[in-house]
Amino acid sequence: MSDHAIIEVPPHSSADEAEHAGVHDPNLHHSPEEIKREVRVYLIVFVALAALTAVTVGSFYALKSYPVSVAIGVALAIALVKGSLVAGYFMHLLSEKKLIYAVLILTVFFFAVLIWGPWLHHNSPFN
Amino acid sequence: MAPKRQLRVGKEWMYAGDAEKLLREAMRIQEEEDARHGGHKQSFISKYVFSIDHKWIGIQYGMTALCFLLFGFSLMLLMRLQLGWPGHSFSIMKILGESRAPGGILLPEAYNQLGAMHGTIMVFLAIVPLAVGAFGNYLVPLMIGAPDMAFPRLNMASYWCYLPGGLVMLASFAATGGTAQSGWTSYPPLSDIATEGQTWWLVGMIFLITSSLLGSVNFIVTIIQLRAKGMTWMRLPFFVWAQFVTSFLLLLAFPPLEAAGVLQLMDRVAHTSFFLPSGLVVSGTKLAVAGGGNPLLWQHLFWFLAHPEVYVLILPAMGIIGEIIANNTRKPLWGYKSLVGAVTFLGFMSFVVWAHHMFMTGMGTVISAFFQTTTMIISIPSVIILTALLMSLWGGSIRFNVPMLFALAFLPMFGIGGLTGLPLGLAATDIHLHDTYYVIGHFHYVVAPGTIFAMFAGIYYWFPKITGKKMNEFLGKVHFWGSFVAINGIFMPMFAQGLAGVSRRLYDGGLQYHHAKEIAAATNPFMSMSAWTLLAFQLPFILNFFWSMAFGKKADANFWQATTLEWAATTSPPLGHGNFAVIPVVYRGPYEYSNPEYTEADYLPQHHVIGELPATSGGGMLTAAAVAQREA
Amino acid sequence: MDAHAHAGEHEIEIPYAIYPRPDTGLYNGKLGIWLFLASEVMLFGALFSSYILLRTGSVDWPRGYTFLNIPLATANTFILIASSVTVVLAWANLRLGNLKLGRIFITITIACALLFLMNKGIEYHHEFVEGRSPSTNNFMALYFTLTGLHGLHVIGGVIVFAYFAGPGAKMWHEDRNRYTNRIEIAGLYWHFVDLVWIFLFPTLYLL
Repeated sequence: MSDHAIIEVPPHSSADEAEHAGVHDPNLHHSPEEIKREVRVYLIVFVALAALTAVTVGSFYALKSYPVSVAIGVALAIALVKGSLVAGYFMHLLSEKKLIYAVLILTVFFFAVLIWGPWLHHNSPFN
Repeated sequence: MAPKRQLRVGKEWMYAGDAEKLLREAMRIQEEEDARHGGHKQSFISKYVFSIDHKWIGIQYGMTALCFLLFGFSLMLLMRLQLGWPGHSFSIMKILGESRAPGGILLPEAYNQLGAMHGTIMVFLAIVPLAVGAFGNYLVPLMIGAPDMAFPRLNMASYWCYLPGGLVMLASFAATGGTAQSGWTSYPPLSDIATEGQTWWLVGMIFLITSSLLGSVNFIVTIIQLRAKGMTWMRLPFFVWAQFVTSFLLLLAFPPLEAAGVLQLMDRVAHTSFFLPSGLVVSGTKLAVAGGGNPLLWQHLFWFLAHPEVYVLILPAMGIIGEIIANNTRKPLWGYKSLVGAVTFLGFMSFVVWAHHMFMTGMGTVISAFFQTTTMIISIPSVIILTALLMSLWGGSIRFNVPMLFALAFLPMFGIGGLTGLPLGLAATDIHLHDTYYVIGHFHYVVAPGTIFAMFAGIYYWFPKITGKKMNEFLGKVHFWGSFVAINGIFMPMFAQGLAGVSRRLYDGGLQYHHAKEIAAATNPFMSMSAWTLLAFQLPFILNFFWSMAFGKKADANFWQATTLEWAATTSPPLGHGNFAVIPVVYRGPYEYSNPEYTEADYLPQHHVIGELPATSGGGMLTAAAVAQREA
Repeated sequence: MDAHAHAGEHEIEIPYAIYPRPDTGLYNGKLGIWLFLASEVMLFGALFSSYILLRTGSVDWPRGYTFLNIPLATANTFILIASSVTVVLAWANLRLGNLKLGRIFITITIACALLFLMNKGIEYHHEFVEGRSPSTNNFMALYFTLTGLHGLHVIGGVIVFAYFAGPGAKMWHEDRNRYTNRIEIAGLYWHFVDLVWIFLFPTLYLL
């Protein structure tokens, strides 16, 4: 065994290990067919959103004679559906990683606290 | 005889283990390459003003924050002159000018300005930028084995939102009618109708909140994504966990205050009535606004942030104390898992306790019970953390150096601060104590001998790493003992004052009230003298800090013989070249001190490979030879 | 392919900036933008909370539909949704390697956004002409503040997209994946802006 173990060290190490490990972002490396299928889904969602917008406005006129709480409920429900479509498909949340879900669930919880907390303080049914 | 390992770096041959030389060689090769690419002369502006290196940004934050700390402290010193000797003329008060202190006697409006700005500056311009912006920025990437933050340019943008925000706050002193003077809490309707300075305050806050938001995104992504190989979640130093939770608090709790700030700006500038109720009469005239607003809306939005904010103030401090205790007891922290669980649970709970600042606003008993319950629950993780830190001392081989003195003092001081919070969190006792000096005593104990002592501990501890020099131990001990005695002299009497009913924010410290005047007269002068004594004992620190930077003895890279990764980087890591010659791989937890299976030293760094090269060589820096051998 | 050498700036390579970290499955920017959007949820959440508190605490709350321009706002809703589609089409085309179509779709997105802003300008002008301003009552205050803040976010998006459609497109030639990722991230921000409007529209105009 020689006195010197000769080790070549490149002067600038690449940090792009992922590239070498063969791990690619699934979003970047879908096949053209998969992407074209995605595009079709986007267009369907677009049509759905447009239709739901029309429904929102239409239900507004239709529910004119009902108490405002009904109108609020219906409008919010439709908005939630539209929002879910945008989030689920356009923002591809449906295929997103667990970590993102975790962050969002935490946020939604605090969002709910923020929406209800002040209101409850002043409108508590118990007092 | 083991073969002498050599490694070839570029065209040069070097001996493995010669860490400093290795780094210098790598830098030289890099500079050669850059010269070939047409010059790498980094201008002064891009290297030191708009730096994107987290270490320099951390230093920028630190220097700026320390200046604001001193400034905020000075405001309080002037206030305490007035409180100790109300109505007296002081020549130093003349700095404030004739409009605020005619003949050197502080006016009540000016006293309010000092009060509001003392709080604002200490919380938003001094402590958080120091704890998170300085310590967090400098240390987190090093501790997790990352070359920098995930978004270096965003980091630079964060600092450059903080500094303008701070300057706007300072500029507000020049506004007509003075600066903000409605408390750091800026409650409407008073803040809505206050003078021009309040608008500046709101603008400044928007800058600061933006800075915080950008920073928090950076910290969270960095800690999740840039941990080195082997740095699992449960091998992270407690300091990193604390910064991680803190960043979530900043991310999710600040936006409501930003919204509230926008609403108050609209009230003041666009004459809306978000916070102005109908029929409000000011100085005999009905306010010409639409009305219909709710002053409590501000309180909800403000405290939704401001409660998590107090945990932003304490969590990084606990992180620092944890690191220093482990290092100076030469044993692992007791209950690491409990610490992690407690700090996470604490962060979560901090979002649902805010209305304990609002017990006196006429809330119903059910809501009040809810917030009392959550507030009591949140004391549990705090106690767990304090207990774990205390238990860590048991059986330890304690080194009483300056950082450790501050860390040890933190424990009982935070204990007092925490315990005095309990009667405030219970509505029945809060009725008596709300808005009294008891509250001021409580929160100052946690922040002043609590967090600020932790900041000092951190400065003494990491100074050798950042500057490569040692701080003077004797001056440090003078700083510690003097500060410890004086700070208790200021804040301990406040509990007695509060219990006797001395209200907060009183220009004369309570003399005008029959129930308060005796205790006020008995304690205020003593407290004010303690405050100026505290100033005196900061002078050895300031002297030590600058003198050691210039002329201090050289410190080696792992000055405290610590185990965490920041000590594996070379001393005063150079800017713009990443942090490690080779990114370390982590093999063990963060506090392997006095490991019975490892007898070569009483500390075993996280990245050290046992049996290959001694942990203590070259400051513990990972050598390329070791990595290459492993990868071969 | 030296993506890091900039004049006067020495950049270090940050891991997982473009390719995802194996255990999280995310690249840095993706995680970063979702965190930022989480904070934006809290920002608009605080404003919605204010709306709820002020409205439930009020004696007489003016109903937006009695004087606001519902057809124009409905059109704006369609326009914004369309711009969300064009952004995602831009991203799809970039993934297919087609920079030209990608830039075209980004430009259409910008055009939609500008149209949206123009309509909002018309609306605001109409309100001022009719003598309604933020100080008139709390509904108007919320209307202007909520749509104004939303509008500022739209402007922000326009600036980012204009940069990437224009001078920023150089990045494609340095590193395609990096550019595509940037568009993905900007797109996520843009969808959020659309999402906020989906809730704002019924809240202010129909309820």
